[in-house]
Amino acid sequence: MRRPADASTLRLASETPPSDVAAQFEVRYTRILDADGRARAPLPEPFSDPRALTSLYEEMLALRLFDAKAVALQRTGRLGTYPSCLGQEATAIAMGRTMAREDVLLATYRETGTMLARGVRMEEIFLYWSGDERGSAYSGPEAPKQDFPICVPIATHAPQAVGVAYAMKLNREPRVAVCVVGDGATSKGDFYEALNGAGVWQLPLVFVIVNNEWAISVPRSAQTRAQTLAQKAIAAGIPGEQVDGNDVLAVHSVMQRALATARAGGGPAVIEALTYRLADHTTADDATRYRNAADLERARRLDPLVRLRQYLVRERLWSEPQEIAAREACNARVEQAVAAFLATPPREPTAMFEHLFAELPASLHEQRDAVRGRDHE
Amino acid sequence: MSEITLVEAVTQALAHELKADERVMLLGEDIGTNGGVFRATAGLQERFGAARVVDTPLAETLIAGMSIGLAAQGMRPVAEIQFMGFIYPAIDQLLNHAARLRNRTCGRLSCPMVLRSPIGAGIHAPEHHSESTEALFAHIPGLRVVIPSSPARAYGLLLAAIRDPDPVVFLEPTRLYRLAKEEVPDSGDALPLDVCFVLREGKDVTLVTWGATTRETLAAADALADEGIEAEVIDVATLAPLDINTILESVGKTGRCVIAHEAARNVGVGAEIAARIADRGLLTLLSPIKRVTGYDTIVPLAKLEPTYLPTPERIAAAARETLEAA
Repeated sequence: MRRPADASTLRLASETPPSDVAAQFEVRYTRILDADGRARAPLPEPFSDPRALTSLYEEMLALRLFDAKAVALQRTGRLGTYPSCLGQEATAIAMGRTMAREDVLLATYRETGTMLARGVRMEEIFLYWSGDERGSAYSGPEAPKQDFPICVPIATHAPQAVGVAYAMKLNREPRVAVCVVGDGATSKGDFYEALNGAGVWQLPLVFVIVNNEWAISVPRSAQTRAQTLAQKAIAAGIPGEQVDGNDVLAVHSVMQRALATARAGGGPAVIEALTYRLADHTTADDATRYRNAADLERARRLDPLVRLRQYLVRERLWSEPQEIAAREACNARVEQAVAAFLATPPREPTAMFEHLFAELPASLHEQRDAVRGRDHE
Repeated sequence: MSEITLVEAVTQALAHELKADERVMLLGEDIGTNGGVFRATAGLQERFGAARVVDTPLAETLIAGMSIGLAAQGMRPVAEIQFMGFIYPAIDQLLNHAARLRNRTCGRLSCPMVLRSPIGAGIHAPEHHSESTEALFAHIPGLRVVIPSSPARAYGLLLAAIRDPDPVVFLEPTRLYRLAKEEVPDSGDALPLDVCFVLREGKDVTLVTWGATTRETLAAADALADEGIEAEVIDVATLAPLDINTILESVGKTGRCVIAHEAARNVGVGAEIAARIADRGLLTLLSPIKRVTGYDTIVPLAKLEPTYLPTPERIAAAARETLEAA
């Protein structure tokens, strides 16, 4: 062993040994419409057709009106706790629209828009939040029968999405599973295990992180030191990218690409959609306790509906009379759903025993009969 | 026909179903090339391919959650958790999702999955490898919990579990994996779930047990027989949903009952059985119900294992007590 001769050699010895770059990554960010609704790039297909743009706007508008109605129904005691999706309409509608009917959605509780765009009926969503399991039965003719019911625990549906996608790949079906989580979910082990599995088997699975900046009261900055949430994909060998989640055209475009890649056998993807939860966490929450008015005001200026409307108006594709007519039509649809929801007959008290197992085991007959009010034996 | 062990009976059942039903697939840690740490899946990846006999990353939440996704898509996943000490992350998936998927979608989706795991002490395994925590699972509505106690019942009950349209936790007594052999024809005949098996008939006392303790209970019955005491031995087999009628019928005949299980006593499945006997069969009892169980301690490491586990002597002594009382 060589003895250091003087102070300068000592300093040299403590320096980091030479190293090379072993791997490098980048995370892309996509935006088409800027905050004022000006196109920064040519619109991707199918948006050369003006009707594709206006129908997208109408669907976002319908979601906003539906969501406001749900909050109102909660305030008047018709619904239980409800998580508003105010401000997240662009991401939700773009996801729902780009998925194919036979794809499978596994989503959190705030993806009302995605569910509606997939064909879940408005009255079923009211039913669910009123406390009725039939809201997850998706019994309508257009219903996405294989979609999972909403996931209330955080990120537990992510490993389930891996199973769904594994089955699709094993059976050589050109279908894709879409797993939607929030920013808070990316801190959970379930999320990492799922990303890892999707990467190992190169599954047809698109994870969408709807980063609305808040996990109830905890801001994105307190959730992780990572610069982006999308980069969490990279550790699992999956491409991760960001998109402006309030730009419906950008989300539509990025989703379309990820779905097409996954469908063609190109493997999974992670998309982080940057949006903002303009509402409280749920109707049982008061966000003024933990976030300031100025931040909320800044976020309001990025409203996804306003942005698309500005574009449409500037391009003379939308007018005030059209806006009024669209709102009237949407409100009529929502009111019809409210009426259907309120007219739904209550479940039998014994309904909790139905569908517990394919066939109720004999050992549970006594409890069911007790609920039914019959004497047993 | 040659005789096979319990673990070989498990392999035989898995192979039978992989062959009979292309929706069946296996997943777990080291189950592929390695054939599982207990060799329960030995040779199956070679026979049925790596796509259907899947080595997963080392992630129990993934294994359980993935099984739910597969099952909801129409597959029949049979997942292996390497040791019961590693099963607890899966409880989140079982309780919050697998057990309630059918119920909360009003039958639109279902979850025909099996989660297999070794259970119990007695093989001098390292820490976290010896617990019997079946009660945790039996407490979850919508879940079946099955524990076989012989090669033939392992074969027949596993076939039934795989074919069952709802989620099943299938717990295989580690201690019995290679302890005894019997002839198990590869008939494809399933045994019924949700029923107890009367292993030995007797008129004096009912011994209720399951899993590895079945062996000690049968030995106790032999010892009692030498004294002229005829013990009836019931293997519960399916802990949830519980077939209490078979037990009540037996206790109605004998008037005495000893419940023997390896798990800790407090809030164990034995407590539920005793409560149900008290509820519907109290007046048929001639003496108090006795329980012989593991202690309410941490399962000791290998050196104290024999002290922890119920022995034939303890079970027979409890039976004698019920006879002395009346």
